[in-house]
Amino acid sequence: MDLLYQIFVNPFAQMAAAPDLLVQTLWEGLVSGVLYALIALGFVLIFKASGVFNFAQGIMVVFAALTLVGLHQKGVPAFVALFLTILVMLALAYAVERLVLKPLVNQPDIILFMATFGLTYFLIGLGQLMFGGEPKVMIANELYLPKGSFDIKMLGGFVALQKIDIAAAVIASIMVATLAIFFQRTRIGRALRAVADSHKAALSVGISLEQIWVVVWFTAGIVALATGIMWGARSQVEFSLQIIALKALPVLILGGFTSIPGAIVGGIIIGVGEKLGEFYWGPLIGSGIESWLAYVIALVFLLFRPQGLFGDRIIERI
Amino acid sequence: MKADVEPRPVADSAAAMAPGEVLLALDNVSLSFGGVRALRDVSFDIRKSEIRAIIGPNGAGKTSMLNVINGFYHPQEGVITFKGKRRSDMRPYLAASQGIARTFQNVALFKGMSTLDNIMAGRSLKMRRGFVWQLFRHGPAMLEEVRHRRRAEDIIDFLQIAHIRKIPVGQLPYGLQKRVELGRALAMEPELLLLDEPMAGMNLEEKEDMSRFILEVNREYGTTIALIEHDMGVVMDISDRVVVLDYGRKIADGSPEAIKTDQTVIDAYLGVAH
Repeated sequence: MDLLYQIFVNPFAQMAAAPDLLVQTLWEGLVSGVLYALIALGFVLIFKASGVFNFAQGIMVVFAALTLVGLHQKGVPAFVALFLTILVMLALAYAVERLVLKPLVNQPDIILFMATFGLTYFLIGLGQLMFGGEPKVMIANELYLPKGSFDIKMLGGFVALQKIDIAAAVIASIMVATLAIFFQRTRIGRALRAVADSHKAALSVGISLEQIWVVVWFTAGIVALATGIMWGARSQVEFSLQIIALKALPVLILGGFTSIPGAIVGGIIIGVGEKLGEFYWGPLIGSGIESWLAYVIALVFLLFRPQGLFGDRIIERI
Repeated sequence: MKADVEPRPVADSAAAMAPGEVLLALDNVSLSFGGVRALRDVSFDIRKSEIRAIIGPNGAGKTSMLNVINGFYHPQEGVITFKGKRRSDMRPYLAASQGIARTFQNVALFKGMSTLDNIMAGRSLKMRRGFVWQLFRHGPAMLEEVRHRRRAEDIIDFLQIAHIRKIPVGQLPYGLQKRVELGRALAMEPELLLLDEPMAGMNLEEKEDMSRFILEVNREYGTTIALIEHDMGVVMDISDRVVVLDYGRKIADGSPEAIKTDQTVIDAYLGVAH
């Protein structure tokens, strides 16, 4: 009885008693949700266009951030370094298309998936070789990212909104909106979706798979760079950051592997759910539930809606 | 039934009858997969503005033939000439850019996309505005989108599929999917249209509609059409010339009337008593 009280009543009583804390928790959940969404977006892009789950997305985030900071440490001005990093991501997209995807065209998806494992270890090695393995500080000041926070007095307390978090949310929203429109309404966007649906039909109407793959991997690279800058600015640029990519999995399950809005909504649900769970229900079992709660939420979701919130419905004619 | 007609003379008389210059010619084309010889030393041509039927029993190599023409397969031997130019190392998207469109035996549509988007995808090659313009959906890219949208709507009207414009094609019945696929090929404004069993699995009414569309495309736009079809009634009605394959070999070539009475063809379809 006491346990039921602890689970079903007490957390809500706490929320009602200190609404400012609730708002703070929700805000933090929202922000980490937006960042999860950014990572998930990178996955969705590549999955949509090639049906490949890109295991290397996490390391691409680290690699992009590392290249940016590493170049700056070698004396390149911040914005030149940013531009060069974008070029590096473009070169990476070309290299992946030439050396990984093209030789493996028409192979089963699982082979391509394994190839992205290979790519992950290659990028870890290359990153360490060029810029070293020690953690680095993101050049947030040099890129004119805001710091400090707004402290808002509300609900009988203070809610602190970090400016960097607001910037992250704004940048993520802009990227998402742009990509959604791009996918839905333009020739290249249509071509991307076409390739995702049927390779041979896409070829027959004159869509070049090579070109499309470069476009998607480059776009995923840019998303990785944005994610890397934001995560890096909140903590540090280090290789362990790549495991946040695994957090994108529950987000994808929730949102559907093929949906850009799904990645966003899924990211926010996971982010908010994690923070609320950790803060209000965590103490019940000695905290630390933030690291696995996301997967539980995703599992429950799989039971009821296997295609995700916004995923394409699976239509099978028999 | 005239059992004495030989394949060779048939071909000659047909060549004399069909007007128009040669659009595509295959000379001594052979294609094999390991030990399987899909095409053996096949030669035939497609003339401008004609409807050319390719027929034959199952496994005769008809689809392989289309795949060779639009670059999905690369023949080990033989020469392909398209618009007077010898082709080497053809790829499907290059074939598309040179004016060859096709449909597939088992409909290959973009199932998650609407009818309209499928047809717009067919116009990919005609739209050329750069990446950045498209990203902002502005200026020239917007004008271009509008212009091509109009062409797509024309095709939709022509094929009488306006009522399913916004429906994801995966949900449509088979007959309509085939029609959308034809629409996507037409959107490419091709010089040569390859149709792989456009009427398979259709009822009589749908077949009549499809035949009418094919004839109209051929007459109004002068589009050259090569089609594979099993329904002999349809083949005989709409095609100008017919080529017959069996076990990867060409066994006859000529006008529908001549093919109908060709003994080799009859034997191939019905089998020969030994």
